[in-house]
Amino acid sequence: MLDDLAIKVRQNIGLATAIGLFGILYLLYNMAHPKGFSSAVLVQNGNEIFALAMLAMAQTVPVLASGLDLSVGAVMTMVGCVASYLLAGTVGGTPLHLEIFGLHLGLGTFPGGTGGIMLGMAVCVAIGSLAGFVNGCVVVYGRIQPIIATLATGAVYIGIALFLRPTPGGKIDEDVNWALTNSLGDFAATVHIFDDGAAAWFTPLAWIPVPFVLLALISLLVWVPFRRSVLGRAVYAVGSAEGAAYMSGLPIARAKIAAFTLAGFFAGCGGLFLAIQTSSGNADIPQAGAYTLNSIASVVIGGTSLLGGTGSAIGSIFGAMILRVISFFFRIFDIAPLLQPLFEGLILLTAVSIGALGVLRVKNTLELFR
Amino acid sequence: MQDAVPTEPAFLKLAGISKRYAGVRALDGIDFACERGKIHAVLGENGAGKSTLIKIIAGVVQPDAGTMCLAGNQVSFATPSAANAAGVVCIFQELSLMPDLSVADNISIAAPPRRFGLIDARAQRRRAEELLAGIGCEDVNPLMRVRDLPLSRRQVVEIAKALGKRPQLLILDEATSALTSADVEKVYVMLARLKAEGVAILYISHRMHEVEALADRASVFRNGRHIETFDWGARSTADIVQLMIGRDIAAQYPAKPARKPVTPVLALEHLSWEKHLDRISLSVGAGEIVGLGGLDGQGQKSLLLALFGVLRGVTGRITANNREARLGSPAAAMSVGIALVPEDRKTEGLMLPMSITDNLTIASLGAISTGPFVDRAKERTTVTRSISRLQIKIGAPSDAVSNLSGGNQQKVVLAKWLMTEPRIILLNDPTRGIDVGTKQELYRLMRELADQGAAILFYSTDYDELIGCCDRVAIMYDGRIVRELEGEELTETNIITSSLNVHAATPATAGATHA
Repeated sequence: MLDDLAIKVRQNIGLATAIGLFGILYLLYNMAHPKGFSSAVLVQNGNEIFALAMLAMAQTVPVLASGLDLSVGAVMTMVGCVASYLLAGTVGGTPLHLEIFGLHLGLGTFPGGTGGIMLGMAVCVAIGSLAGFVNGCVVVYGRIQPIIATLATGAVYIGIALFLRPTPGGKIDEDVNWALTNSLGDFAATVHIFDDGAAAWFTPLAWIPVPFVLLALISLLVWVPFRRSVLGRAVYAVGSAEGAAYMSGLPIARAKIAAFTLAGFFAGCGGLFLAIQTSSGNADIPQAGAYTLNSIASVVIGGTSLLGGTGSAIGSIFGAMILRVISFFFRIFDIAPLLQPLFEGLILLTAVSIGALGVLRVKNTLELFR
Repeated sequence: MQDAVPTEPAFLKLAGISKRYAGVRALDGIDFACERGKIHAVLGENGAGKSTLIKIIAGVVQPDAGTMCLAGNQVSFATPSAANAAGVVCIFQELSLMPDLSVADNISIAAPPRRFGLIDARAQRRRAEELLAGIGCEDVNPLMRVRDLPLSRRQVVEIAKALGKRPQLLILDEATSALTSADVEKVYVMLARLKAEGVAILYISHRMHEVEALADRASVFRNGRHIETFDWGARSTADIVQLMIGRDIAAQYPAKPARKPVTPVLALEHLSWEKHLDRISLSVGAGEIVGLGGLDGQGQKSLLLALFGVLRGVTGRITANNREARLGSPAAAMSVGIALVPEDRKTEGLMLPMSITDNLTIASLGAISTGPFVDRAKERTTVTRSISRLQIKIGAPSDAVSNLSGGNQQKVVLAKWLMTEPRIILLNDPTRGIDVGTKQELYRLMRELADQGAAILFYSTDYDELIGCCDRVAIMYDGRIVRELEGEELTETNIITSSLNVHAATPATAGATHA
């Protein structure tokens, strides 16, 4: 079945290019880094990559259905602010209250301890998904173009974030921070599993950074099943030819809402991690915007077509990693921070151009417009 | 008129179905019935109401009035999937495939085989292979993206997809329009099998010889009304055509002028491109209509695209108007007087949301502009002139071209190119999915253009058309021209034997029995 393999490779050329490019860049980076090829560098990079990788996955799903989600950064920020209240882990719980229009409303006490933290995480991810679900409903039932709909809802989510955290602050349980932003060995030692990480079978794995494990788990447990579900395929079908999808009897409205909801879920995961990593909540508007734009860039670098229908969230993860590795190079080569955006832009342009090199091989110029 | 009496209770029965679109009556109190185990042809010109009828049966649009009964139960389908669930499956003229998904994905799109709740890719692939084999098209790899398939293969996939839904009532709406003769034969076999299994089949085609070969019964529609239903054979072809258009038509093809020596306008020498074109040498003279024949996908379309500057890396020599032409882009081809009516009018021929005027003038804006501005008055006069010349039926020139019927859209494409006053006209299957009346107008127009000195290269999947229209036909096989047929040699038997690249021993006249 060499034939089948050739077809598969040809159809996933964007993904293959992204993986190859990342491999080369990351190898060069490690070779140039004084402490290259070490767990410490890997852990640091994992922490810097995770949130953007999540947002890139988030952006991919609506893009596949040929819509753009401009609210992913806002959802991330909002969820981060929520997390800074719910993940304090204080023994005895955290009292919550709301100041609105001069009224003081007590909201009871959010449980503390391990159970409380787990519940808090679940609530955060649920809020992200809900925000995405709202986006989907606005797009489908409001019949508003995704780009405008999410521009508006994104502003609302940023507003909520600002309301929750007018100034940066809040608290995240230190153990959660430590456990999730270091290597697997540190994770095991913190949560007291596998003999505090000393089990013989476990030690060869102890160097792996937790963020990468989380990334792999979310890909395998959420993205892969979604892609292979009927609903996931409907998302691709809608992005490829909405009319044909309708004529084939696919649930178009449900597919679109699912796409945006899943985007909200991924963005929520990103926000949750960012809050845990920084141990605080911060309604940072420029940061939300930068994350949104970088998520779109990651999607494109990862081989997903902005026209919809082709690509995958896995490619977008590599797209995000390529973007991040580029900025790592600045640290190593000590380039003036003021020049960074200029170089980032040039490198982004080059990276996207590499993806477009296939155009030169096209012998039938009519295919360029299909 | 007295309709033929049905021989068994009807499977599908429509009574008093009416439908209006924005005040225009598309269907007017239609009564219609069809039976299990019969192929029922639905005939009529474009705009006769056939498409609307099918869309109502298939749940795409809702009727304003009337009732529909399926197997004795009254039904009304709100969506295509509701119709599918009841066993009513339609193969639409506009393909319902998703280009970025694989063949296997497309075939099983609505109800894929599942394992543990997720799509079972392997089972899905097996299913696609079985269904494709069922219509004799094992050559399509189910992993291929539909985007990467030629139009004829896409249509095969569309048919396989419909069969996968296990239809009780199968509707084929111009489902064979892009197929090659060989594929059409396979579809015949498939339809015969379904018929024997008791499936009711509605067959819509503008190719009369297909209808002739298949139909058990036929219904003729005209202007949104059901004119007559009869058992096949009860009426002659001439009668049927008469019923369809309601007026007499003369010979289907315009008379060919006597052959005389011509000066070549377009000459190709050893044209090659990738694996698709292999040392093509051909010349087309002023006043000549040269046909491109052969099975689909033998390089005919690539040849036309190469001549229009669309392909990169073409080797060989192209001479246009006695000068060597270097065709690097469509713009370059236009500048030496070449025009191409492309394969897919909806994407390559027209800008559907733009107005009829904009579409007509888009290729010849230079001629109607003063400086950088379009001269509105000049634009109006040229547009009016071409609309009346080609007898395009329109509301207003400012309407979106998407509102026109297929035949009129194709006329707009042709008119657009005629405005550039081309010396060399390339036609890529221009009569696909067009009604008889419009087809005849196009044939007449082609001959008229040739008489005025144009050189026409005409690719068609319909052999009948090639024989009727062309002065000469070049048969292509595997990227080469294997034979040129002219005059007396131009028969269906010769075309078919050359297309298959076999040298049949039968005399050339043996199979030339068609009208």
